[in-house]
Amino acid sequence: MNHLDPQRHVRGESQYLDDVPTQQGTLFAAVFESPLAHGVLVNLDLSAALAAPGVVRILTADDIPGDNQIGGIVPDEPLLAHGHVHFRGQPVALVLARHEHQAHAALKLIKVDIEPLPIITDPRVAAAQGELIVPPRTFKIGDSAATWASCAHVFEGVAESGGQEHLYIETQGAYAFPTEMGGVRIISSTQGPTAVQRHTAHVLGLGMHQVEVDVTRLGGGFGGKEDQATPWGALAALGAYCTKKPVKLVLDRMADMRMTGKRHPYSSDFKIGLDKDLRIVAYEVTFFQNAGAAADLSPAVMERTLFHATNSYFVPNVTATAFSCRTNLPPNTAFRGFGGPQGMFVIESAIAKAAEELGIPACEIQRKNLLRENDLFSYRQPAEMCHAEQAWDTAAKEFDLAGTRAEVEQFNQQNKLQKKGLAVMPICFGISFTKTPMNQARALVHIYSDGSVGVSTGAVEMGQGVNTKIAHVAARTLGISVNRVKVESTNTTRVANTSPSAASATADLNGKATEMACAALRERLLRHACTEYTLNYEGLEIRDEQVLAAGVPAETDWEKLVSSAFWKRVALTENAHYATPDLHFDAATNQGHPFAYHVYGTAITTVTVDCLRGTYTVDALRIAHDFGQSFNEVIDRGQIEGGAVQGIGWMTMEEIAYNAEGRLLSNSLNSYKIPDIYAAPKVLDVHFLDTPGHPKAILRSKAVGEPPLMYGIGTYFALRDAVRAFQPRTALPFSAPMTPEKVLVSLYPEFSAAETGWNATAVGTPASIAS
Amino acid sequence: MIEFYLNDQPIRTTEAPASALLDFVRYHEHLMGTKIGCREGDCGACTVLVGELTTDGQKVTYQSMTSCLTPLGNAHGKHIVTVEGINAAAGQLTPVQQAIVEEGGSQCGFCTVGFVMSLTGHSLSEQPATEKSTIAAIDGNICRCTGYKSLERAAATLTAQLANRPTQNAVAWLSEKQFVPAYFEGIPAKLAGLRTQLADAEAKAKALNEASFATAGNDAGAVSTSPSGHAQSQNGHGSSFPHAAHPLLGGGTDLLVQRLEELREQPVRLVFDQSGRRGIRQEAAGRVVLGAATTASHLLESELMRSLIPQLPQYLKLVSSTPIRNMGTVAGNFINGSPIGDLTIMFLALGASITLADLTGATRELALPNVYLGYKRLAKTADEQVTEISFPTSLPGDFFNFEKVSKRTHLDIASVNSAAWLRVENGIIQAARVSAGGVGPVPLYLARTSDFLVGRELSAETVAAANEVMQTEISPISDVRGTVEYKRLLLRQLLLAHFLRFAPEEIVVSNLI
Repeated sequence: MNHLDPQRHVRGESQYLDDVPTQQGTLFAAVFESPLAHGVLVNLDLSAALAAPGVVRILTADDIPGDNQIGGIVPDEPLLAHGHVHFRGQPVALVLARHEHQAHAALKLIKVDIEPLPIITDPRVAAAQGELIVPPRTFKIGDSAATWASCAHVFEGVAESGGQEHLYIETQGAYAFPTEMGGVRIISSTQGPTAVQRHTAHVLGLGMHQVEVDVTRLGGGFGGKEDQATPWGALAALGAYCTKKPVKLVLDRMADMRMTGKRHPYSSDFKIGLDKDLRIVAYEVTFFQNAGAAADLSPAVMERTLFHATNSYFVPNVTATAFSCRTNLPPNTAFRGFGGPQGMFVIESAIAKAAEELGIPACEIQRKNLLRENDLFSYRQPAEMCHAEQAWDTAAKEFDLAGTRAEVEQFNQQNKLQKKGLAVMPICFGISFTKTPMNQARALVHIYSDGSVGVSTGAVEMGQGVNTKIAHVAARTLGISVNRVKVESTNTTRVANTSPSAASATADLNGKATEMACAALRERLLRHACTEYTLNYEGLEIRDEQVLAAGVPAETDWEKLVSSAFWKRVALTENAHYATPDLHFDAATNQGHPFAYHVYGTAITTVTVDCLRGTYTVDALRIAHDFGQSFNEVIDRGQIEGGAVQGIGWMTMEEIAYNAEGRLLSNSLNSYKIPDIYAAPKVLDVHFLDTPGHPKAILRSKAVGEPPLMYGIGTYFALRDAVRAFQPRTALPFSAPMTPEKVLVSLYPEFSAAETGWNATAVGTPASIAS
Repeated sequence: MIEFYLNDQPIRTTEAPASALLDFVRYHEHLMGTKIGCREGDCGACTVLVGELTTDGQKVTYQSMTSCLTPLGNAHGKHIVTVEGINAAAGQLTPVQQAIVEEGGSQCGFCTVGFVMSLTGHSLSEQPATEKSTIAAIDGNICRCTGYKSLERAAATLTAQLANRPTQNAVAWLSEKQFVPAYFEGIPAKLAGLRTQLADAEAKAKALNEASFATAGNDAGAVSTSPSGHAQSQNGHGSSFPHAAHPLLGGGTDLLVQRLEELREQPVRLVFDQSGRRGIRQEAAGRVVLGAATTASHLLESELMRSLIPQLPQYLKLVSSTPIRNMGTVAGNFINGSPIGDLTIMFLALGASITLADLTGATRELALPNVYLGYKRLAKTADEQVTEISFPTSLPGDFFNFEKVSKRTHLDIASVNSAAWLRVENGIIQAARVSAGGVGPVPLYLARTSDFLVGRELSAETVAAANEVMQTEISPISDVRGTVEYKRLLLRQLLLAHFLRFAPEEIVVSNLI
């Protein structure tokens, strides 16, 4: 079965936020943002802007009727700046005007007087000054400090990974309407409708019941609209509340890039110890997470980094410490992988460092240390139904790892100005919100009297196909055609207190709730059939819309059964609640069982570097992935391909640049590049591993959203491999992304601005006459 | 008044000629299938098709363009197609739509319509569909969800289907196969009708203008006939006499990114469809002459250009994307004055000059290197307009090469780009022109480096020595596209790349490693 939404997408009929027909009287909002990264807000002069054509009102912190606070984990983030500004792009005021261009024109007339304060952009500087979002945390198993002396090999180093712009093609936005009860209704492009509802209620001083949030779909989220859709929803709502008019707020691309947070950059120190057989016996790592100016989701992201600090390797002695560092940048936030990729990048760097120093391929160390059944993670959960070795060995066999390596070596011997590189990237990713209480979901299922079915859950469709999966679960559980099932918009009045669509867990949680609701309805209908048609309940089922008694068609089908149940006053609506069983985690000891299960896989990446120009191509990415029992291969393959290419982008061309004043330099699509069709790997194979899936996964089909992103990390190490084939002497720092600039500078380390030629003594003249 | 067909509907509007076609489509016509992603031509979510009647009035040729950067005035006399204009009735899918759905080529869906339009435009193209050409058709469309492999599979399906497309009467076939609705077959006649009607109206306006502005003493407001045959005045269709200071607007690919708010508030002089501004010809004297409204796509389509520069398709593949190449003009690239303008860098090494005309019609010729006085400062008055570009024809055996490196190889702005032209006899360089972008405040013609090369042997030593000269001739700054050190190193490498292309036998790099 195909993803259902694309039927409408390709015709341009799917409605996104900006496509909602504009109500008459709508005011258009534009956000006035702080032009400085840190300072005291001395004065705000709105007079000229207020006099500008079309401007109706300008709202500031003083206009907020409730609490000016939208911090989700830590209450440290005002909706509109008050007293201080903490980052460039921080919302200071909201202009409301009759036309969108009038609102934007008025922004230029606002004068703000800010007394500058020192600006920090580097997380290590922040940590040194004690600027931490939350206290540091340490995950520990065994005793790494006591192990170093007995190690055959110990290596230390630094690894840096950069930020990443979400670049959902639909920018952030919200459209808010005042309601007759004095509340607001918000159409929001958010992954977290409840977060928008809760914070808006708080800001407006209303009960949550007075704030309705509705989401039809997002034009991409990737984590960027988990927490950071909230300010725009709350601002539009504030405008609607204050003016009693509909207010629409859509960020333009550059405003979105300036004002919203991104994937967290990390700077990390690692130390790895191996025994003589290349087993990793000790690993110490310290992560400095660049959180930006407010907590946002940073503490949770930091925690997931710690959970994934050893990727898919078993290490008996681990000490992993993380600092969430406050800097004067926009608060960084969730992004597919949620800190996991940053943690994995460091241990892969540590292994690469060890392999390079020992003069062996990294995969020898990687393969030897893969997790096995019942190995403990540092947080004491055992690896259960572990497929790490199966994934590796299957990839190595299916994609001929040995042959590929030989080809690469041969190519490199035969070519001087082109070099190939190879890397293997195993992944292990934990599925569940690590905040255990968030692992709950509800589904509200109506069977209408004509036999059609409406399903509401907390899941937000953003391209991941969750609505299709939920429709499939409902149809399969009820025994009917999927064409009878409609998945409704995500609405806080139908399904309340939802968790955001995040953590790869949306289909599991909301799918399980849907399955439960549909199972209850099915049982109720079959009980009704027993009485109505005098049938035995045992052996009674609905299959392909036909009621079967012990396999034999009974005298009723789906439509008749539903109709008859309705007239006999049987409840045709069910609301089910699912909470993932057996989860627990103690954040004081950092021990427990936080994940429902883990997802495994292995990717083999080959690249070619043009050693004349420093450019490169990803030749092939070949993946063996643990889907469990996929029930929609088109959707699941799409998640792997899309996630992997996003990961490649993070590791190669996607480079976020701020200057020392905290101004975003990569502030538009012309200066921030994500992969285009030519940048995608020439070959991208996905092998579906033969794994049983997990009972806590929906229909045993494992969560698939985030894990593939981390396959992209292999591209970094493959590029490194190729660079070293050309220039073994290069001092190549572990620093992602591996831009063409970093590649070229690494290929020609002797070149410097002062010494701009070909230095004969260092690298020889570039060329000589062949005569 | 701007008049055109939007899908199957005639449009007459007095909206500003410099406003974005995208806004007109979405917010005036409420056709919400066309999406806003970036408003700078870098994502393709707003891609529409622009159909133009051929000179003979027999058929309409369609090109994909990003509607965010298409000045509404450039729609005049044309057929603008949005997704609503290709959708079949009753929810049926076109083969393009079907292929994308079946291959899982749409996830969140926000970019999808852009891909649908680009591929539909490719279906309407007269060129045979190959695997490469179909992928090239979507080289301006960015998708953040799929990783493109599913879209590649959809493109392959489509390429196979288009193999059966006849060369004659393709629109009838496409309509029968439901690539486009049947009304497409009637569009040439409708545009021809519009052309006639506009010509009449313009003739009347001209008469009026001439009466009203008899003392103006120039022909800037005169009605002209565009290559496609429809008549229009230079200010956008004869509604008012253009003031000399009114800004010139070409394809919109730079100005609508940089100055949309400002430009849509004032009259502009539209250049894109101006009379006689297209066409590439070789003159008897051996110069190649391009009309100022020649787009990058026109260069690519020109047999003359391809015969002079056989590698041109590979070079232009590195320049922006298909829809932007369909819009951006060569002259616009020059006059934008960007230090990294790809076409500027190419034409500097080709030895190009521009012809400037002022409002009296007086012209002067200016060598391209002399156009640039400083960062975005040009030796051209606001009144002057580029009318032609010319460059000397190379001799057989002359070398030409263009190099560009950017963070992303395609659809990106160069970190450094460079072009070189060389004439060599008996191993001695007789003439040389080397240019480089991204290494100074203007697109640089490297005069000293070029001079240095003349009279020297085509050898590795010469390259190394030329690099020493070149490094003193550039002044790169560190910015988002690279550090000073990187840009210097990269230009050195690109100089070497030129020579390795010219003379791989003579230039041996073995002792690099």
